[in-house]
Amino acid sequence: MNSSNNVERQTKTVTPNSSTYSLTINGKRHTLTLDNRTTLLDALREHLQLTGSKKGCDHGQCGACTVSINGERVNACLTLAVMHQGDEITTIEGVGDVEHMDPMQQAFIDNDAFQCGYCTPGQICSAKATLDEIRAGIPSHVTQELNGPIELSDAEIRERMSGNLCRCGAYANILKAIHQVAKEQATEERS
Amino acid sequence: MKAFSYERIDDAAQAAARAFEVPGSKFIAGGTNLLDLMKHEIEVPAHLIDINGTGLDDIVATDEGGLRIGALVSNTALGADERIKRDYPVLSRALFAGASSQLRNKASTGGNLLQRTRCPYFYDPAMPCNKREPGAGCAALDDGADTRQLGVIGTSDHCIATHPSDMAVALRVLDAEVETVSPEGQTRRLTLDEFYALPGDTPEVENALEPGEIITGVVLPAPVGGRQRYYKVRDRASYAFALVSVALIETDDGKGRVALGGVAPKPWRREDADAELGNGAEAVMAKLLDGARPTEENAYKLTLAERTLAALLAKE
Repeated sequence: MNSSNNVERQTKTVTPNSSTYSLTINGKRHTLTLDNRTTLLDALREHLQLTGSKKGCDHGQCGACTVSINGERVNACLTLAVMHQGDEITTIEGVGDVEHMDPMQQAFIDNDAFQCGYCTPGQICSAKATLDEIRAGIPSHVTQELNGPIELSDAEIRERMSGNLCRCGAYANILKAIHQVAKEQATEERS
Repeated sequence: MKAFSYERIDDAAQAAARAFEVPGSKFIAGGTNLLDLMKHEIEVPAHLIDINGTGLDDIVATDEGGLRIGALVSNTALGADERIKRDYPVLSRALFAGASSQLRNKASTGGNLLQRTRCPYFYDPAMPCNKREPGAGCAALDDGADTRQLGVIGTSDHCIATHPSDMAVALRVLDAEVETVSPEGQTRRLTLDEFYALPGDTPEVENALEPGEIITGVVLPAPVGGRQRYYKVRDRASYAFALVSVALIETDDGKGRVALGGVAPKPWRREDADAELGNGAEAVMAKLLDGARPTEENAYKLTLAERTLAALLAKE
């Protein structure tokens, strides 16, 4: 018995370097067989032709790849696609399109909140999450009282958007766009 | 990135046993630091064990009146937890002082403890680094090296890197313990002081984890109360590592505790320095930074640490 156990242990090789799994992206299920090294960002861009999410730094520093996983924003470049079987992923393509624009997309246009546009999909995904996180009562580094209400100040929005860089420097107008949507949402909630 | 095999194991003890059994295994939870390092080929695991299904993602009350934080609780969920905000505010503040929202959503409690240094020479495979390659030498100790961000105390002749975590500094001042399970299924608890190793002549050994041993959670003792603050000094207002950070608890009996981040290979605290809190920042730092060995470029951290504590003590 012992020797056969040993043989079994020695030959118990690990799984191969690729895996097959299903991802739900923008409500649609996709089954993929990919090298384990494939990040969620590369799966989206290179294998599912969802090129809205952008690759800037590929190290989680620029935020151009920001997507939502189960309702939380993350850097798609710093997570492996194979880890997301069963998760609900929303990319900029799922946020809205030309015919059905999300209010945040419209606000970016209204406020000229971009120049070259490369960081914009990540900025919009992050901006939407910023307002969701404030509504959920999640404090930030600049929140005055941890247990108090969160004021929708410039400082509060800037701090929460610090994971998204814009090399064109459209920050001032991105801030205006986010304020616009925050006001629209506040009006909706009152009515 | 080097190729690797992947499997998901939904039980912590089984994951530990598997990691012990398969050479070159690494656990992956949030992956925000590990994947970054794998892309640089600084980390080259042959096998990844995904532990996200182990259920270690809740925060529960302990019999001792404290909290047990599962290793998979995200930095956002931990910082925003009502009990943490109310009873351990220094921990919430430290968490929200670190990284970006995207990273905090993904980064786990266990992974935050295990994140690697951001020493520029550790991150540059073209340069010698004793952490990356034991015995290779340390480029940070060469003449003219860029040491502005590196350690001033607890360092050695082989490594002067700092531990980058903000969370761990708050956990140190709160007397938290790290809970682990071994490949044999044995559990143990270590204080943060016991958990983190100083570099000495083995800078590649950063903590007390044995092969395969996995972090299952962090245990906070009953709330200590008092005024709790975390102040982080950095090169820009957001999303940057600490040059110096101070975690401070001042209790009603005039006593307190202080720990520093950004200055040492582990969150830096000394009980004899805590005892000096009533005598001001200079007296605290005389003890806390006793034996410091700064470089010419980072000696400013000694002054900065003292002034940051003085500012906190003066603040209402």
